[in-house]
Amino acid sequence: MDIQPYLLLSAITFTIGVVGVLARRNAIIVFMSIELMLNSVNLSLVAFSAFLGDVTGQMLVFFVMTVAAAEAAVGLAIIIALFRNKQTVNLDDINILKW
Amino acid sequence: MMVTRRNPVIAALYLILNFFALGGLYLTLNAQFIAFIHILVYAGAIMVLFLFVIMLLNLGDVKLLGDKISSRKIIAAGLSFGLLMELIYIFGYARTNLPASRFERSAEIGTVEYIGKELFTTFLFPFEVTSILLLAAIVGAVILAKRKLD
Repeated sequence: MDIQPYLLLSAITFTIGVVGVLARRNAIIVFMSIELMLNSVNLSLVAFSAFLGDVTGQMLVFFVMTVAAAEAAVGLAIIIALFRNKQTVNLDDINILKW
Repeated sequence: MMVTRRNPVIAALYLILNFFALGGLYLTLNAQFIAFIHILVYAGAIMVLFLFVIMLLNLGDVKLLGDKISSRKIIAAGLSFGLLMELIYIFGYARTNLPASRFERSAEIGTVEYIGKELFTTFLFPFEVTSILLLAAIVGAVILAKRKLD
């Protein structure tokens, strides 16, 4: 059992998520990129958990999933509220918090 | 694929494909419980929520979001490339310092039975905290999505 390919894939998907957050301006795509990053971390946690024969990593994945679900629900509610007020999901147009 | 699509619906569908692939990888790592929970929660629940919101907001005119090459994209590419190299270096370095593999145990710890036992004994407190977090998330989502506060 070699852990290296899993870690490499995890690194690559995390980087793709970072690219999505940094380069895209659509709030929903940015949000999905964050989910992608959470998933890549989950993958490396499960890989280490299986590699070391320790269940703690999988428990942590379980909790990360619940947090991700809660975050998705709240974040999408925020996006809906924003869209209702500004009629856009472009992050460059949402600047009311700027001074 | 997900990041490059202009249409958010196509991007979401690619993300679902990614989730299924990841579920398969969890199965190869003998983490059955995590694999099934992953498919159920992500591909089942979260992505339905995403697709629902995308279609509710009716983002048909995605061209307005202007995907042209800008200085921000170049900076993003540079930063991400640096991050990727760093991660690969760290993981390559970790290879020499890992303890001996105990992969033969993984088939035993990935089962629902073992995880359930651990969840309700060692990890009981985080489990309870999770329930409060979910309650807060429900209340928060409802309040935020309400048309106006009374």
